[in-house]
Amino acid sequence: MSQPISQPANNTIKETIRRLWSFPGGIKLAGKKSSSNHQAITTIEISRQLEIPLTQHIGQEAELIVKVGDKVLKGQVLAYAEKDTISAPVHASSSGTIIAIEERLVPHPSGLKALCVVIETDGYDQWIECTPLIGEGKNTHQSIATVSSEQIRNQVANAGIVGLGGALFPSAAKLLTAEKKHTDTLIINAAECEPYITCDDVLMRSRPEEIVLGILLIKKIVGAKKCLIGIEDNKPEAYQALTKAISGYWKNSGTSRGAEAEAAIEVIQVPTRYPAGGEKQLIQVLTGKEVPSQKLPMDIGVICHNVSTAAAIYQAVYRGEPLISRIVTITGGAVKHPQNLEVPLGTPIRDVLNQAGWDQDKAEKIIMGGPMMGFSLPSIDIPVTKATNCILVSEKDELATPPPAMPCIRCARCADSCPMSLLPQQMYWYAKARDLEKIQDYNIFDCIECGCCSYVCPSNIPLVQYFRYAKTEIWDDERERNKANLARERHEFRQERLEKVKLAKAEAARLRKEKLAKKKAEDKKKTEQDADKPKASSNADLIQEAIARSKAKKAQQQSQKKNTDNLTEVQQKKIDEVNKRRRERGEKPHSE
Amino acid sequence: MFLAQSSPFLKPGLSVSKMMLVVTIAMIPGILTATWVFGFGVLVNIFLAIVFALSFEALMLYLRRRPIKVYLKDKSALLTAVLIGVALPALAPWWLTLVGVFFAIVVAKHLYGGLGYNTFNPAMVAYAILLISFPAEMTTYWQTPAMLASQAGVINNPQDSFGLLATINFQLFAQLPSGVTLDALTSATPLSIVRTSVLSGSATIAEIETLGTAFGLLGGIGTEWVNLAFLAGGLFMLRKGLINWHIPISLLATLGFLSLLFGSFELDSNPSPLFHLFSGATMLGAFFIATDPVTAATTNKGRIIFGAGIGALIYIIRTWGGYPDAIAFAVLIMNMCVPLLDYYTQPVVYGHSEDNQDEQSKQDQP
Repeated sequence: MSQPISQPANNTIKETIRRLWSFPGGIKLAGKKSSSNHQAITTIEISRQLEIPLTQHIGQEAELIVKVGDKVLKGQVLAYAEKDTISAPVHASSSGTIIAIEERLVPHPSGLKALCVVIETDGYDQWIECTPLIGEGKNTHQSIATVSSEQIRNQVANAGIVGLGGALFPSAAKLLTAEKKHTDTLIINAAECEPYITCDDVLMRSRPEEIVLGILLIKKIVGAKKCLIGIEDNKPEAYQALTKAISGYWKNSGTSRGAEAEAAIEVIQVPTRYPAGGEKQLIQVLTGKEVPSQKLPMDIGVICHNVSTAAAIYQAVYRGEPLISRIVTITGGAVKHPQNLEVPLGTPIRDVLNQAGWDQDKAEKIIMGGPMMGFSLPSIDIPVTKATNCILVSEKDELATPPPAMPCIRCARCADSCPMSLLPQQMYWYAKARDLEKIQDYNIFDCIECGCCSYVCPSNIPLVQYFRYAKTEIWDDERERNKANLARERHEFRQERLEKVKLAKAEAARLRKEKLAKKKAEDKKKTEQDADKPKASSNADLIQEAIARSKAKKAQQQSQKKNTDNLTEVQQKKIDEVNKRRRERGEKPHSE
Repeated sequence: MFLAQSSPFLKPGLSVSKMMLVVTIAMIPGILTATWVFGFGVLVNIFLAIVFALSFEALMLYLRRRPIKVYLKDKSALLTAVLIGVALPALAPWWLTLVGVFFAIVVAKHLYGGLGYNTFNPAMVAYAILLISFPAEMTTYWQTPAMLASQAGVINNPQDSFGLLATINFQLFAQLPSGVTLDALTSATPLSIVRTSVLSGSATIAEIETLGTAFGLLGGIGTEWVNLAFLAGGLFMLRKGLINWHIPISLLATLGFLSLLFGSFELDSNPSPLFHLFSGATMLGAFFIATDPVTAATTNKGRIIFGAGIGALIYIIRTWGGYPDAIAFAVLIMNMCVPLLDYYTQPVVYGHSEDNQDEQSKQDQP
């Protein structure tokens, strides 16, 4: 299925024709990138208030170590990641005072609220002291060689770096796993295949040297023999910048590395076709390998990092700066000057839009992320987080307003466009019928939710939405099942315990009986010896005693108050009626 | 405040309505050529079929309490109607079209659940039912192709006095202009000539060729041009990405291969592959009927088998079957196989090929 495509021959550094593979399906989309990718990155003014969510990553929430009223400096840790957990620390993006720690709206498709640290900034933007691992400027091989992998990893962990391509997985944890496993290929994802988004593009154009050094650090940790930087061929400027930075690095490093070492990092242009930047698709295009279902790229010796993650790692190691800002593309028809801004994390989107200049009356939808996989925001009073790569403010008619879905005509355009070779149409029928078992037979969990199927559907069926729904339903079911299993186990355990108690009691009773029998036998012997007393009288005595006991018990029961005592006449009447009805139906009345 | 919606947000390029419309437009060259060859009856058929189809569609939507306007706009009934109109004999009486459209829209489509739910191609259900119920009308009402009628030897060409009005008059009221008989107007189609004489052994291919009533340059006389025009329309749809190549190409390849294979044994009684490809409704079937998304296979492998099956059945039915017109039966039979084909030809999902290999190697190991 994979056919080689020769690389466009504008590789000026080395005239190598590299073999590329292709992925099935995919769609051609209008890039819409040119409006925002020409200007340099501008820094935004510090907002009066920053709302910094404690969870901006996959995994555990970071542990809060500040309280309301604390004064914090820029870069100071607000919440730390517990050791040996999948988590990432969160830092203050500017200096100021913490005025609240409370649940606030965070960027999430369903309008979730989450715990945020709210900082009132003081305007000084004063840094905490940063301790870089390697001083800036000493960008030679030796300086990277002087630090250990563990040191770099700790620096990355402390900087709170997560996968900035959208996965948000803590980078240090990913690097650690890759270090332990045998990884031979490091892939840097610079494809940026979604329309409109240009934050990686401008980052590569403006800071290629930092990216290259960041990549070398990752490469050192994971021990990869070669590194492939995959970049879509609609970004020739970024491609040139990276290629130049790499050759510049080898020149400046002062060491004669030889052609082999230089070939270890390759910038490769891949054909522009959505979703070429999907992790699995990029791996397939660059290496021809497929990541086995339910496994990680590491399982086939590949690790994938986003290009902006590499830049963040550079900043952490060479400048000691934690991840407290990110580049955000502000674009769309309702934005006056589409551009890329370096935004401190926690800045409200409203402030970002106001600075970029937007036409609030023209704005129809506000989307975080790209138009294929992003989600629409219900409000703009939501902070920018580590995940915010793009804010797309569309005007009327720029994007689709969902037309009513028509019946599926089985044209299978969805299947033709699926990069995972799934059968979305069949999955749709089963999702609609809520046949969760069958839909798993059609491998719904291999769906990457890229949105190709929904986009090509001539009947406007929101297929991806159905698949998301089915996935959450399956997870819910699983949770329910687990809960039920747990309850069953508990019940069985209890039954077993009761059984044991019963057996123990029976055993004890048996022992007691034996003892008693022994004693009786002994007594009998005694009584037989003095056979004066008749047997019957003792029996009669016992009966008398038993009757007295039961009478006493009854009297005690009667003296205990019940809620059926002291009834009013009406209540008693009602109860009698009920009992009468029950008797008529042949049931046993309760209070008798 | 702002519109909330689920991704993707990009405007889709194609709608069902547009798909159906473009397919209908791609049929125009074929329709015009058919009109040139078989006369105005083709246009009358199409017009009547459209009127009937839209009426039935609206009625069924009303009965099924569906939004009539929305569903009429999907143009699927329009396409079915045009297909029926083209497939019927040029001089078909109006009630033949009505019965056909009734079975297509009401029975084959709406009684099965409407657009997207029908197992069988509605237009082909109509054709098959008409062919079985009214064999005489379906086989003899073919107007003599223009090029045959104007050939030397026919002195008083009855078609000269058989214009649009006369055609309508005949199709609606069964009235012929004075001095014109139906026999003079119509003639057997090339496929039925071959079927009735050559394949039954009463004449050889060479003998028919000397008669000059069946073979044109490529295929059947007259129909070869219609087929070429539909081929052009089909290639246009392929280029536009409206249909995949799998079904038409495998259909035509199989039909061509089988006729070549059997033709090379008995040259005398087997028409050439070109005759099979450019006679009857071969191209119409390959590009416009077999590719109906609702009733065709949906996986690429399935599409190839589906097309090949239709191609093989066309050859079998044309050669050994009871009817010279094979497309309808071939398509309907393969329609039945679609669920099976779809189930057993699923593509290997990304990341699953190696899993299978692992499992296989595990199985091999013990």
